[in-house]
Amino acid sequence: MFAFIARRFSAMVFVLVSISILVFLIFFATPGVDPAARIAGRNADQLTLMQVRHSFELDKPLPLRYLSMMRHLFIARDLTSYVNRGAKVIPQLTQAIPATLSLVIGAAVIWLIAGIYFGVMAAKSKKKWIDPTISFLGIVGISLPVYWLGEVVNLITQSKLHSSVFRWVPQLGYVGLSQDPWQWFVHLIFPWLTLAVLYAGIYVRVLRNEITVVMGEDYIKTERAKGASEKRILYKHATRMSLITIVSLFGLDFGALVGGYALLTEVVFGIQGVGKLTFDSLQNFDLPVIMATVMYSAFFVVFMNAVVDVLYAVLDPRVRRV
Amino acid sequence: MSVKESSAAVFSDSPGKIALRNLRKDKRSIISLTILGIIVVLSLCAPLYSGFIAHTQPFESSLDATITLHGKSIPVLQPSTTGLGLGVTPIGPTWNISHYFLGADSQGRDVAARLLYGGRSTLFIGVSAGLLCIFVSLVIGIVAGYRKGWVDAVLSRILDIIWAFPVYLLAISLSVVLLTSGLTLLFIHIGPGSFALPILIIGVVYIPYVARPIRAQVLALREREFVRAAIGTGAKHSTIIFREILPNVMPSVLVFIPIIVSLSMLTESALSFLSIGVQPPAASWGTIINDGLGLLYTRPMVGIAPGLMIVLTAAALNLYGDAVRDALDPKSRSRGD
Repeated sequence: MFAFIARRFSAMVFVLVSISILVFLIFFATPGVDPAARIAGRNADQLTLMQVRHSFELDKPLPLRYLSMMRHLFIARDLTSYVNRGAKVIPQLTQAIPATLSLVIGAAVIWLIAGIYFGVMAAKSKKKWIDPTISFLGIVGISLPVYWLGEVVNLITQSKLHSSVFRWVPQLGYVGLSQDPWQWFVHLIFPWLTLAVLYAGIYVRVLRNEITVVMGEDYIKTERAKGASEKRILYKHATRMSLITIVSLFGLDFGALVGGYALLTEVVFGIQGVGKLTFDSLQNFDLPVIMATVMYSAFFVVFMNAVVDVLYAVLDPRVRRV
Repeated sequence: MSVKESSAAVFSDSPGKIALRNLRKDKRSIISLTILGIIVVLSLCAPLYSGFIAHTQPFESSLDATITLHGKSIPVLQPSTTGLGLGVTPIGPTWNISHYFLGADSQGRDVAARLLYGGRSTLFIGVSAGLLCIFVSLVIGIVAGYRKGWVDAVLSRILDIIWAFPVYLLAISLSVVLLTSGLTLLFIHIGPGSFALPILIIGVVYIPYVARPIRAQVLALREREFVRAAIGTGAKHSTIIFREILPNVMPSVLVFIPIIVSLSMLTESALSFLSIGVQPPAASWGTIINDGLGLLYTRPMVGIAPGLMIVLTAAALNLYGDAVRDALDPKSRSRGD
């Protein structure tokens, strides 16, 4: 088991290093793209370009620049922004993390409860109309563009109804949990629901299909033959088996969302999280900030991937020998 | 004679034929294909609509245009009546098919006409990117799973790296870098406004989602007896791949197509919404939602209509995907009843 974990985590380091190189190459070595021209602006003359190249060290060889950036990011931790010269990158990132975490954790609670509840209901219900209805809602959930849904939610809560039903909904934005828990909650409740819709849709569909497949397995027939009650079969065996899939799915989704996948929700609701920070820095071509946020997000995704694999190995010993 | 024929019809049907028959009977596939058909035809008719019905130029701003409504001539961009009276508000939906059915955007352009043109971009990019992704994934999956060894190791590592990169971050990074200057590969230059850029970008980011399961399937197939038998009889690699492996991975590929096309379409509109996808003057459903952002509280229809089109198309694709999956794999459909 220990060897498995060690192997899995060394692979993780490999992937992280590769990603940092890949991002670096995307921004500095894409054929036909001149980063100096992007930083200097559209109509910069040759002299300005030269100065930009010199002051951003773009005239040094690629590998050296890569190593220097990694050293500033991870060892000295004093990487500075290209756009606001002198502004340190890491504090910007650490300020953005609580907003993203608040958004994602709240949404995760909602989508897990809704997804599991309706997924099991769709699989077990004897009534003919329940399964198709839930499946239909699941399809609508996964087909809604989250930014558009967010806009519609804003339209409903911030427009005409804002003076009556939704008087309690504050302006868009984010308030820290430690500042004012109640304001934190009311600022986030609609972003939570919006973000949760998509994932609830995915989880309902996955869980329903998993349970359906497991219910056809031989050992369920054995249980039935032994005279176990349907309720026991459903909860003790089918749902429990299917939850393993949900756990691994959740690990990956959670990692991706914390790592910036919630960007569209953050943009629509004006939440200054990691995704919004990445997006803003991408628009300014602020490479150090991009590098930091991408490394941070890749770390979360890769880490959750590894955790899921280890969890799988704990639950299923066959995996360990692969 | 007749007995022989009918029994042949029952027993000799290929799995593909059975699947097709299941699909034809499935109400979901009929409904979804009808919806998709209507949306595709409407989008294809965009030039006809703007040229002959609405008589409008959907890609040129017309700030001082007027229309005749209820016998009165009204400017398309109406002076604001609230606040300081500065600025203008575009005309709202007229619900009249011949002009400004869904109203105008802030540049006085007909939203309905732009919606149809936007559908062309979104559908074209979504379908092209989806098919590109599936094709490349199929090649990677089969090569990695069939050759095994170091080829598999290298390809799998590359997939791992793309996989660990959050889809939107990778797509956004590539778009931001490529949008200003385009991409130059050897002798081919792709201009910044070209649809080829979003197609390439979106096609690339979803490759691991398809290539990984296909690779796993090919790895398993390679150990099956019928493949070993083919190897044993000295069949060529190409024969084994095209005659033994490919037909057996096709069902999963077919299931992936509607799902990936829907994902590609959603990604395209998300990128366009962030103004790093389809570039003006071209329109896609995502760019129109972006146009509607500033008009959200005064003319919500500008942003709502394209979103509804996206939901409808994506839902139809996913519904069709479910129907295809169940048709190919009857086990997943029912729960023993």
